[in-house]
Amino acid sequence: MTQATHHALTLGHYLRCFNGIMRREALRFVHQRERFLSALVRPIVWLAVFAAGFRSVLGVAIIEPYQTYITYEVYILPGLLAMIQLFNGMQSSLSMVYDREMGSMRTLLISPLPRWFLLVCKLMAGTLVSVVQVYAFLLIAWLWGIKIPPIGLITLLPALLLSGMMLGAFGMFLSSAIRQLEGFAGVMNFVIFPMFFASSALYPLWKIEESSQWLPYVCNSNPFTYAVEMLRFSLYGQIDPLSAILVAGFLFVFLSLALYGYDPARGFLARKTGL
Amino acid sequence: MSTSPPPLDIRTLHYAYGRHVALNGLSFSLAQGTFTVLLGLNGAGKTTLFSLITHLYTLQRGTISLFGYDLARQSLKALPFMGVVFQQPTLDLDLSVYQNLRYHAALHGMAPSLAKQRIAEELERASLQKLANDKTRRLSGGQRRRVEIARMLLHRPRLLLLDEPTVGLDIESRQNILSHVRHLCQHETITVLWATHLIDEIDKSEKVIVLHQGQLLAQGDSQHITKQTKTASIRQAFDVLVGLAPQT
Repeated sequence: MTQATHHALTLGHYLRCFNGIMRREALRFVHQRERFLSALVRPIVWLAVFAAGFRSVLGVAIIEPYQTYITYEVYILPGLLAMIQLFNGMQSSLSMVYDREMGSMRTLLISPLPRWFLLVCKLMAGTLVSVVQVYAFLLIAWLWGIKIPPIGLITLLPALLLSGMMLGAFGMFLSSAIRQLEGFAGVMNFVIFPMFFASSALYPLWKIEESSQWLPYVCNSNPFTYAVEMLRFSLYGQIDPLSAILVAGFLFVFLSLALYGYDPARGFLARKTGL
Repeated sequence: MSTSPPPLDIRTLHYAYGRHVALNGLSFSLAQGTFTVLLGLNGAGKTTLFSLITHLYTLQRGTISLFGYDLARQSLKALPFMGVVFQQPTLDLDLSVYQNLRYHAALHGMAPSLAKQRIAEELERASLQKLANDKTRRLSGGQRRRVEIARMLLHRPRLLLLDEPTVGLDIESRQNILSHVRHLCQHETITVLWATHLIDEIDKSEKVIVLHQGQLLAQGDSQHITKQTKTASIRQAFDVLVGLAPQT
């Protein structure tokens, strides 16, 4: 018996597929200008209103990686960068739920490339979109008077890729577990704000330890805290090994859960039907 | 002498959603270059069957092989041979016709120059050149279906699966799409599995598979099925088979 000719997949197939998924994400991002604007307006409001208002109330002592006293705006900058990535990760996952409801997810899933690869491409594409947003916000922050060392702009990039992937994988995992668009929108509110507030994004952990007995435990077990701290150190050309390792660990866990969730044989979708 | 394995071969397929059995012991195969109509009422199991063939769902019991490749073990080898139009439209409405096709080509790892050439060919074949830069959101239902058909042909599949592709379309669009796919089947020896609940889409010479409540009730050409059911037309035969009319 002869089989129809099958052409083995090459590295070129994988690269072209990655390129195609990237292009699609970029096109969608360009078409959705309001998404870009809202991604910038949100941290601008925090910077211009919240940080300015709390500058005199919340004093920040000298803590690593800072060499001297800093203004509150400087302190919350890494948290705002991580917030951009958190929102972007949730937005990308929301679009996956939307794609699934609208049916266009099927186009992706019946591609003759491994499903894990397709999902990782999607995750990387979403992360790169968030990196563009972060650098655009850094420009605004610079105009606002927040100066970071030039080396920080370079060392920030790998940290952003890692934190963006981790937060995107978290969103992807949520999208695999939640079927309906309405449900996901609700979950976003329950996830984003607790993650953001119960972290070191707005106040140093030592301040939280002073004011509450249980809250530090929550903050210390929050993956977002480590993303913020990793970004904070990278902005000054430094590495916080503990944060970097934990972010990588959380990425592994969330990505594994997301891949499991999108596995038609075992995942959460298998029990829900209708990919 | 070597024989080619059938484009689609299904053996004792069983699938259940919890306690609800959607497919029960389904077996059939399609010969190369044939147009086969999968006929069944809504809820017969057609979409479940398509989801299994396209590997969106994982097999519970039974086997599916495409051109000799076992879908459970060799899905990445089997999928390139298949082109699909799902019942629910799957175009990205925020992208243009061209961008949708380009995206599909990339998902199949197609080189940009080849993709460009194939897209031009398929747009021409489907008379969609003038709409290439239009957002798919602005297209009519019939035009969107034509884009989906053009898209599924880009990677030159040998087996086409179309799940109720004419639902919701006007008579002219339905006719155009049907004759376009029949033309592909006849002139390019592409095998087609066309799922529908519309009996008037059946041509007398074509093979029909009647699916009802997850079970295959009959298969063969219209003449064979009408003879088997002792009826005068495939419509009557179908009514008798699914219990909408009494056996004569």
